[in-house]
Amino acid sequence: MRQSMLIKRGRLGPALLAVTLIVGTAACGGDSGSGDGAIVGLITKTDTNPFFVKMKEGAQQAANSAGVKLQSFAGKQDGDNEAQVQAIESLISAGAKGFLITPNDSKAIVPSIDKARQQGMLVIALDTPTDPANAADATFATDNYQAGKLVGQWAKAKFEKDGKQAKIALLDLNANQVSVDVKRDQGFLDGFGIPVGDPNKIGDENDPRISGHDVTDGAEDGGRTAMENLLQKDPSINLVYTINEPAAAGAYQALKAAGKDKDVTIVSIDGGCPGVDNVKAGVIGATSMQFPLKMASLGIDAISAFAKDGTKPQVTAGKDFVDTGATLITDQPQTGVEAKDSAWGKENCWG
Amino acid sequence: MTTTATKEPSPQEFDVRRNDSLGLRLQHLLHGNPTLGPLAVLIVAIIAFSIANQRFFSAANLSLVLAQVTVIAVLALGQTLIILTAGIDLSVGAVAVFSSILMASFATKIGVPGLLALILGLICGTAMGALNGFLVTRIKLPPFIVTLGTLSIFFSLNAVVSNSETIRGSDMPGIMTWTGTTIPIGGFRLTYGSIIMLLLFAFFFYALGSTAWGKHVYATGDDIESARLAGIRTNRVLFSVYTVAGLLYAVGAWILIGRLASASPNVGVDYNLDSITAVVLGGTSLFGGRGGVLGTLIGALIVGVFRNGLQLAGVEVVWQGFAIGLLVLVAVSLDQWIRKVKT
Repeated sequence: MRQSMLIKRGRLGPALLAVTLIVGTAACGGDSGSGDGAIVGLITKTDTNPFFVKMKEGAQQAANSAGVKLQSFAGKQDGDNEAQVQAIESLISAGAKGFLITPNDSKAIVPSIDKARQQGMLVIALDTPTDPANAADATFATDNYQAGKLVGQWAKAKFEKDGKQAKIALLDLNANQVSVDVKRDQGFLDGFGIPVGDPNKIGDENDPRISGHDVTDGAEDGGRTAMENLLQKDPSINLVYTINEPAAAGAYQALKAAGKDKDVTIVSIDGGCPGVDNVKAGVIGATSMQFPLKMASLGIDAISAFAKDGTKPQVTAGKDFVDTGATLITDQPQTGVEAKDSAWGKENCWG
Repeated sequence: MTTTATKEPSPQEFDVRRNDSLGLRLQHLLHGNPTLGPLAVLIVAIIAFSIANQRFFSAANLSLVLAQVTVIAVLALGQTLIILTAGIDLSVGAVAVFSSILMASFATKIGVPGLLALILGLICGTAMGALNGFLVTRIKLPPFIVTLGTLSIFFSLNAVVSNSETIRGSDMPGIMTWTGTTIPIGGFRLTYGSIIMLLLFAFFFYALGSTAWGKHVYATGDDIESARLAGIRTNRVLFSVYTVAGLLYAVGAWILIGRLASASPNVGVDYNLDSITAVVLGGTSLFGGRGGVLGTLIGALIVGVFRNGLQLAGVEVVWQGFAIGLLVLVAVSLDQWIRKVKT
């Protein structure tokens, strides 16, 4: 009854319909490039994370110069597999030559990818591998273990030089042991010289140098609360590893409030521009930079090459994926650890 | 509210078998004082964690817990008002985070003076709440649907306006991050944000308990039709509740900026459920008309104490969520049991 009254009373129904149509058309029109070439897809985890915003930018640039049409899709939030499945279905019916995908659920997406490949499409996993990794034709990604290892090695050199005994807090992502989270965490410990137990599991080490772990959701608020609680647990913490730079920014606020910001070293991973600013300001000691723009543009180039003559991308020597690199950014270089300074970082950062 | 438990049992109650009387008296006691249960949980938890780790019961740590729950407590205060009217607000997190981005953007991108940017941000949050209120009272949509829709809208606008970029506190006028400033009182380190939060709770404790508006809120939530027949302008009450909640979320946004020394579009993913958790643990009924803001403050503290205490005790993260979930289920079961009270 309420609905029928609404329709009788106002012109809301038609107006809403009109708005929906306009918005819908605008959204669909927005992504198509100008070239007449093949259709290439990009499916990211979300539309809002600056990392994926940058990735989309890189893909668009590469698509423009390669003369292919880019169609972009994204999940609604981290973990949204459904939207990515629908995106693949849309690309299949659009007759795309291939697509780049950052899987929200590495396992659950595989059947849809299989379908696309049976249609002769080239599928490249970007940033996050599928599970199993060979479900996609190739993976273009940061070596997250290596990224963690770089900051671990830097921290080790710094602590050895200062002659300090480390007490380490690890600020991870969440309780789900996500592969990116695990690799960065374990890579850091390995780089620092702490034997990791099961390399696929966070938190099974018994080294006395580890004061504790907590989770952050990869955001500032989680980073601050986690750091506060760990400092209560062990006030002697002097080295903090963080899953990403927002978590590092939050951790810094906690350290500052406790008056420990001068005595504690924070290391992180990402290479976002706010994070590089924080390296310059001395908030973060060192961070590993990844290159989403490069990942996306290399990926688009690979699919355009495939569309032209059917060539498939070759993996980096010694690895089962195409390593798009990780570069250590710090203003306190340590001997034996290759690094660039924050000025270089500022020129190459994303977000 | 009357406390029946302190009186002698009424004649009816003598009919009940003797071994039920302790449970029955407890049921009556909780019926009359809905905050007693949560308060007991909080006190037991504090004692238990103090025994488990001696660092827990220190002024520094307890003031830390207070600072950690401040933002969620303010958001849960607005949520309480809405739940008291038998509604629910799923847009809490979106309104708060969007307000914080707007405040910071006004000051840094448009260059409005700090105080004005803050006020504009508070107005924007209030307007978002008013939009929820308008849709609930005028278009007559259920609160769940309304706030489900606006949740999505505000989060999208948030991403558009912020361009997914974090605004650093050092780029903002001082008033934006003022809420994060601490004043030491003995060993306690109280933030201005926490003080604002406590004042807001005191104000709404008074407003709900001792003003006509407060009584109308309870009456509307208990039985909207009877309230309307009794002459209460229920639409106006509901609209005021959603609007005030919006303002509270925007105040929460201001406190959030102070805590993080930044405005980030990516925080607050859990604020919706966290605020509802605090309200439920605080003994306010999801069915409306019963409970209060004092309980919500205790509910928020319970979550903070558990998270902090379990971390100090070295409990793995997975089990922290398990414990909070279990508490929620116990709290709602208790609420159901109390509602069945024989009077």
